[in-house]
Amino acid sequence: MEENYVYKKVGSVSFAMLSPKVIKKMAAAKVVTPELYDKEGYPVDGGLMDVRLGVIDPGLRCKTCSSRLKECIGHFGYISLARPVIHFSFVSVILSLLRITCRDCSRVLLPQAKIQQISEKARRNKSSDEARKKLKEFVANSKSSNKCPHCKARQYKITIEKPTTFLENDRRISPIEVRSRLEKVPDGDVELFGLNVNAARPEWMVLTVFPIPPVTMRPSITLETGERSEDDLTHKLGDIVRINQRLFENINAGAPEIIVEDLWDLLQYHITTFFDNDVAQLPPARHRSGQPLKTISERIRSKEGRIRHNLVGKRTNFSARTVISPDPMLELNEVGVPELMAFKLTVPERVTEWNLEYLKKFVKNGPKKYPGANYVIRPDGKKKKLTEDIIEATLEELQPGYVVERHLMDGDKAIFNRQPSLHRMSMMCHSIRVLPFKTLRLNPAVCFPYNADFDGDEMNLHIPQTEEARAEAELLMLVQTQLISPRYGLSVIGCVQDAISGNYILTSNGFTIKREEAVDALVSIGVTDLSALPKREVVSGKEVFSVLLPKDFNFTGKSRSKEEPDVIIKDGRLISGVMDKNNLGEGSGLLLRNIHKKYDASFAVDFLGKLFRLGIAVLLRRGFTTTIADTDLPPEATEKINKLFEGAESEVQSLISTFNANQLEPFPGRSARETLELKVLEVLNRARNETGHVVANYADGSSHTIIMAKSGARGNLLNLAQMAGCVGQQALRGKRIEKGFKYRTLSCFKQHDLGSEAHGFIKSSFKSGLKPSEFFFQAMVGRDSLMDTALRTPKSGYLYRRLSNAMQDLRVDYDGTVKDASGKIVQFSYGEDGIDVSKSEGGTINVLRIIKSV
Amino acid sequence: MADAFKDYLHIPKSFLLKVKENTPESKLKSVLKALDEEYSEMKVVPGESVGLVAAESLGEPSTQMTLNTFHFAGVAEMNITMGLPRIIEVLDGRKNLTTPMMDIYLNKPYSQGQEIKKIALSIKETRLQDVATEISINLSDSRVEVTVDESRLAEIGMTKQGLVTALKGEVKGLSVDLRKDFISFKVKNKEESVNNIFKMKEKIKAIVVKGIKGISQVLPVKRGNEFIIITAGSNLKKILLLPFVDTTRTISNNIFEIEDVLGIEAARQAAIDEVYKVIENQGLNVDIRHLMLVADVMCNSGKVRGITRYGTVKEKVSVLARASFETPIRHLIDASLYGETDNLKSVVENVMLNQPVPVGTGMLKLVTKPEEKKAK
Repeated sequence: MEENYVYKKVGSVSFAMLSPKVIKKMAAAKVVTPELYDKEGYPVDGGLMDVRLGVIDPGLRCKTCSSRLKECIGHFGYISLARPVIHFSFVSVILSLLRITCRDCSRVLLPQAKIQQISEKARRNKSSDEARKKLKEFVANSKSSNKCPHCKARQYKITIEKPTTFLENDRRISPIEVRSRLEKVPDGDVELFGLNVNAARPEWMVLTVFPIPPVTMRPSITLETGERSEDDLTHKLGDIVRINQRLFENINAGAPEIIVEDLWDLLQYHITTFFDNDVAQLPPARHRSGQPLKTISERIRSKEGRIRHNLVGKRTNFSARTVISPDPMLELNEVGVPELMAFKLTVPERVTEWNLEYLKKFVKNGPKKYPGANYVIRPDGKKKKLTEDIIEATLEELQPGYVVERHLMDGDKAIFNRQPSLHRMSMMCHSIRVLPFKTLRLNPAVCFPYNADFDGDEMNLHIPQTEEARAEAELLMLVQTQLISPRYGLSVIGCVQDAISGNYILTSNGFTIKREEAVDALVSIGVTDLSALPKREVVSGKEVFSVLLPKDFNFTGKSRSKEEPDVIIKDGRLISGVMDKNNLGEGSGLLLRNIHKKYDASFAVDFLGKLFRLGIAVLLRRGFTTTIADTDLPPEATEKINKLFEGAESEVQSLISTFNANQLEPFPGRSARETLELKVLEVLNRARNETGHVVANYADGSSHTIIMAKSGARGNLLNLAQMAGCVGQQALRGKRIEKGFKYRTLSCFKQHDLGSEAHGFIKSSFKSGLKPSEFFFQAMVGRDSLMDTALRTPKSGYLYRRLSNAMQDLRVDYDGTVKDASGKIVQFSYGEDGIDVSKSEGGTINVLRIIKSV
Repeated sequence: MADAFKDYLHIPKSFLLKVKENTPESKLKSVLKALDEEYSEMKVVPGESVGLVAAESLGEPSTQMTLNTFHFAGVAEMNITMGLPRIIEVLDGRKNLTTPMMDIYLNKPYSQGQEIKKIALSIKETRLQDVATEISINLSDSRVEVTVDESRLAEIGMTKQGLVTALKGEVKGLSVDLRKDFISFKVKNKEESVNNIFKMKEKIKAIVVKGIKGISQVLPVKRGNEFIIITAGSNLKKILLLPFVDTTRTISNNIFEIEDVLGIEAARQAAIDEVYKVIENQGLNVDIRHLMLVADVMCNSGKVRGITRYGTVKEKVSVLARASFETPIRHLIDASLYGETDNLKSVVENVMLNQPVPVGTGMLKLVTKPEEKKAK
């Protein structure tokens, strides 16, 4: 069997206008009647649904190419127009051409010498870019001359009455005359404007024959009632054909000029709206129901149009989507797939002599038993659905060259994705683990790059179907290859939340654990080599943590903790320092980055997974909850806070009284009132910060809330201060709250009250509860920030779209330069030093580390 | 020592300098070798789709930015647009900024605080309406009369006579006379309609009598150990001509002004700096290389162009790429007029046609040498 593949690739796409000749040549039928179907419901010959234009009904054969539905791509037809009509899209070009050519001899209104000069210039730089600008230039140049330099005919002012009527000295130029003038413009002159004569003769912009698009691009739908509902385009074409017919008849019958003109205008209207139903000066053509028709331009345009919806964005098979849920026992690069999905999603495997027996097992299981197969593809390309009754027969005929589409199994690769896919880490390749239940499962540590949480998020799964795709996914998109962000050169995956708290507790000073418990925890997270754990009755937490580190790993860094700021790891042992967000978290610190660098990506992923589970194992054994009592303060702290408020309040009052006495020294460029605002804001913010310090000083350092804040797992001291001490000033657009009633914010305050409480300072804490006015102020700010988010998303989305559209074809070439698609050099060396951020250490080479390590 | 570096000159200078500063001579060779190894590992791979990575690196954090943040430029008295709106402003290539601003560095004696207030005030633009107590129209004589507040005039160091001379230089076709208690403006040898006099009045109001046009607010502040002047409003061209200004460091936040005065390379740097400032201010982390690439795309043609359908996108060679962005109809129509051919060299066109894109692994083609069939 000789395999003879012919790969075809489109090399280029050219654009041109259709000349009347071409329209007639490519037409399969001439349309002569607006009728669609005859009494039997069969398409009328010479009608708009003529079978020569393609088929849309099952069972019929195309009369032009004699292929069936879905095989026939459709064929154009045409009608000859009774009178020429101007193509709306070219109105501005026609206007320019009329203005710069002679009304008599149709030559360019420039002396011969100048014409030569320009054409000389044009020959030298032949790029379409130049050409585009030329027409405008031309119009500007030749406007002044009102006498043709060639035939000396006097020129008149040509204006346009939108949308499609041309006037010369306020007298209408009919499309017939427009066309005849354009016809006379010689090729050489046309090229001066930058137009390409082969692609666009000026007179083609005035239509004499009109192409009828194939029925396949305007299929009618059969409703349940058996009634046929035609496409918008068919409706519009019906109008055009009908009016054209009437125009013909009227002209032939010698009807008065007014009637002919009216019909002509109507034809012009229908043809214009056929191309674009959103023309500024024309009422859009509507359905009988009043909804505007969707014609050609509406089909192409906008996000839901052909280009962005169907051409640039496509649909895929072999994909799945459901709710996600966490499972820390999965590895970072795994994804848990529900059994139900594994039945439907398949991987094609080609039968060879070596895997024949292996694949037969799947076929034998069939589609209903896992792991089975859903389809078998014969070498001739026939796809057979496996059912109970053909399994036996298929087993017999299965031989090398067949392809079996078997069920998804553990270890298959899949691409996992969560929208919005803002960066490349939003689509990563995972290994599949088929699991019970009905959600997709992922390790919570990979939530960060996906920006996922489990409050009902859904994610998508795609199964690569060819060897090439699978290889690319595995080599370029696997989770470990995406560890280092190309945005800033640090790890995007790190420990989160509980895992950080757990490791923080484990490595904090004085934490000890019985050896057997430590062994239990370590084994439960998948550690098998326990030789690094000292053989003592009781081991310290740092020693347990060190078990995960490779023996020859050295590192110095900083942690968040004030007591133990230096992190020192020597020969794989954590000597000092606590593990917190600075070292374990995503996008921070070099610990993970260094491990990734020194060992490899797979090790880093494995290490992270273990680290994560260790943190959780510690919390499981120790217990970790947060309570309201964590925010309790001793009485002296409350007193201190009260004193702080009193001080701030009196300070604010004194500021207000200075202001009222007109003695407040304004900041340069500010009014006294504004200065007062700024000063008050500063005083109140200071007060709030000080309460924060008080809370931090008096709060129980070992309470779980504080542990979370200190380790960076969740929340910060400010949140705690808001819960225990005071919520603080609510700011609206960087100012105190000012809106509301006349001269006051709420009706419970006096007018002109400038005090702190009347302008959104919340003295209460969340625990003690907010006063009604305070609650209202907080709601105001809350609403404002909600609005901010809602308004920001589309703005930044548009920015992103523009950026990616402008820059998508930039790439590094073999010589290290950055070039765009046309080969234009944008940068001589990427980023001035040729360093790939996703391979760097936070954007640079760590020279000092190299010197140290040598 | 220099010899040791000879073989490693392909490594960027900054790293070599660091090596030179920190390495003992004995280790130099091995350090350089290790550095070279590491550098070659870190280099970008041919085909890497750096443009899209840059777009992602800028687009992704922009979703996390806050919208209407105003940042106080070191002092509480002035604020400037920051956050997403500012980034959009820069990348759009907008010519009129919401908050134009300048940092004016000063030469030696002044940078230590000498006469700083006086200098600052001398830059600030003062319009006639700022020093006038009353601007009225005398219909019977068809002229505009301006009464001047002399104390305010003294504040900015001007006399009435000086003001009149300054005004004479500014207005054209008007006669300016200093009367007893007002200054009169009258159109030379012509009667004017009431309408035109009103227009004239508005024009006269806005005449800059002192300072530099566009500088609406000045603020001397201490930055580091020297005094600088921060201004609202910007006029780089005129400020750089002043004798006390340190022309090497003074900068505006208007990229087009910088392009005009200092050239395209300076504009590129300004664009990078402006975007970087915002990103830093928001506490986000984006590598400078991505910003460089964006700035290079904007400045590539020798002129600053925004990343919009009128700017960089319009310059693309591919018709389909342009059409897939915005206003597809316009682009397709134009393409037909000029008989354009799309050679499918960039990404979107190939996506449209279901073909491999010419970046990354799609850039390569396999060349095989098929075994010749034995003729039989």
